[in-house]
Amino acid sequence: MSLIEANRVSYEYIRRDKDGAVEGFNRAVDEVDLKIVQGEFVAIIGANGSGKSTLARHFNALLYPAEGTLYVDGYDTADDEHLWDIRKTAGMVFQNPDNQIIGTVVEEDVAFGPENIGVKSREIWERVANSLKSVGMYEFRKHSPARLSGGQKQRIAIAGVLAMHPKCIILDEATAMLDPKGRREVMESVHALNKEENITVILITHYMDEVVGADRVYVMDKGRVVMQGTPDKVFARADELKGFGLTVPGVTLLADELRKRGVNLPAGIVTAEGLVDEICRSLRII
Amino acid sequence: MLRDITLGQYYPAESLLHKLDPRVKIICTFIYMISVFLVRDPAGYAVAGAFLVSMIVLSRVPFKFMVRGLKGIMFILLFTAVFNVFFTPGEVLFSFWKLKVTREGLRVGIRMVIRLMFLVIGSSIMTLTTTPNRLTVGLEKVFKPLERFKLPVHEVAMMMSIALGFIPILVSELDRIMKAQSARGVNFESKRLTERVKSMIPLLIPLFVSAFRRAGELATAMEARCYHGGEGRTRMKPLHYKKRDILAYIVVLLYLGAVIAVGILV
Repeated sequence: MSLIEANRVSYEYIRRDKDGAVEGFNRAVDEVDLKIVQGEFVAIIGANGSGKSTLARHFNALLYPAEGTLYVDGYDTADDEHLWDIRKTAGMVFQNPDNQIIGTVVEEDVAFGPENIGVKSREIWERVANSLKSVGMYEFRKHSPARLSGGQKQRIAIAGVLAMHPKCIILDEATAMLDPKGRREVMESVHALNKEENITVILITHYMDEVVGADRVYVMDKGRVVMQGTPDKVFARADELKGFGLTVPGVTLLADELRKRGVNLPAGIVTAEGLVDEICRSLRII
Repeated sequence: MLRDITLGQYYPAESLLHKLDPRVKIICTFIYMISVFLVRDPAGYAVAGAFLVSMIVLSRVPFKFMVRGLKGIMFILLFTAVFNVFFTPGEVLFSFWKLKVTREGLRVGIRMVIRLMFLVIGSSIMTLTTTPNRLTVGLEKVFKPLERFKLPVHEVAMMMSIALGFIPILVSELDRIMKAQSARGVNFESKRLTERVKSMIPLLIPLFVSAFRRAGELATAMEARCYHGGEGRTRMKPLHYKKRDILAYIVVLLYLGAVIAVGILV
């Protein structure tokens, strides 16, 4: 059974003129089908306004599909009865680290989710300690979040989601406001959680470098899923991606340029190691 | 200059008063306030004063921090003193120009000033020894019974603690806006009051806009983390009365008894 299953999901924003009268509808998500199974690492990419964040907000029932159905862990998200089960299953980390921290002490912030779902206080302590350890922030548990770096704050936010024991974490452009170091910290934590604790990760991003480590990629444009597949398959179609306002990772770009100048390389190279291997191979053939 | 803003005036120290349950401190402060209004004679004031001094010593907070709270109400203190001294009718001690100082006036004036000082210092001891967060948790617990009358106690407490958490963020934001607007030529250092007030507008409007945006995002993030009000909510650090808390209640009740006894006997 898939963890998240979307069948022709559509969502519309109401467009209003300056007097508040309805002008029309913007289709932010347009008949999206997707299936994500437990333990997968899935990236959803797309240019600004492609609907990727709107789609992400459906996965934990912050938004409901206007048309179509969406099942999370077997629950229909349109069904209010299982709202808290869905939000417990699919935790979400948002873009701005400052605007999702509720507690004035790190450990209290991580405890916020478990407190809401009525976990006993002794178990909250255990959960908080374990989640902070999984993101490598345990030694900061008594600190004030205000003094931490962006990357550290986002790891706290991830710990806050983990403490609810989710099956899936959705990162809605969670690295967009971070410096390169912070981005690396967050991505390392997320990959570790995916590998070691088999937590499904849905990564909404427009940084192509982050997509490379994913199992599968969905590409969105104007609310539709226009491409899907493994990162190497998707990045092999660099020209199409360009049409959707996206670029390919630097390594892929380099490989493409080399190929154009006659180096014998296959399409869809996404990592530096992969590029090194392919260059060695082609040199040996020559 | 913006870095100096602190809300709540917690003074970190290791003392018995710091360790007490916030509920104890809130309720005891309240009892103390009532007791200050009960005393009428010098003996009573002596008891209340002695109790206050012993609490100050117990709290291990330097005395100057206690007095700092008085600075804010200096004007009110003076005002009360002057009015009571000059405008209470009674036996005239001495007079100059049109003003008469009466024996009763002098007595009432001194009494009121002492009373106000006791009240302010008494409540300062509470805020100085309790972190704003613990204070909020305590207030929520103390006022919990009012929820029966449909008062949103949990919501107000939650708002207070979130507001406290957002102060440093908004302060640094204000700092950033100020720099950005200075770079665009807004003069914040003008000597003219009207100019100064006008220069606040390009500061406050962006700050409000961003505060509203933040509030919206925070609400979404809270919902995503299953927040749905106080119902069925547990706490990581629930409040439990310990022996020392019960002892504190007993001490304060004994003190209240002493104040009443002194009032009857003397």
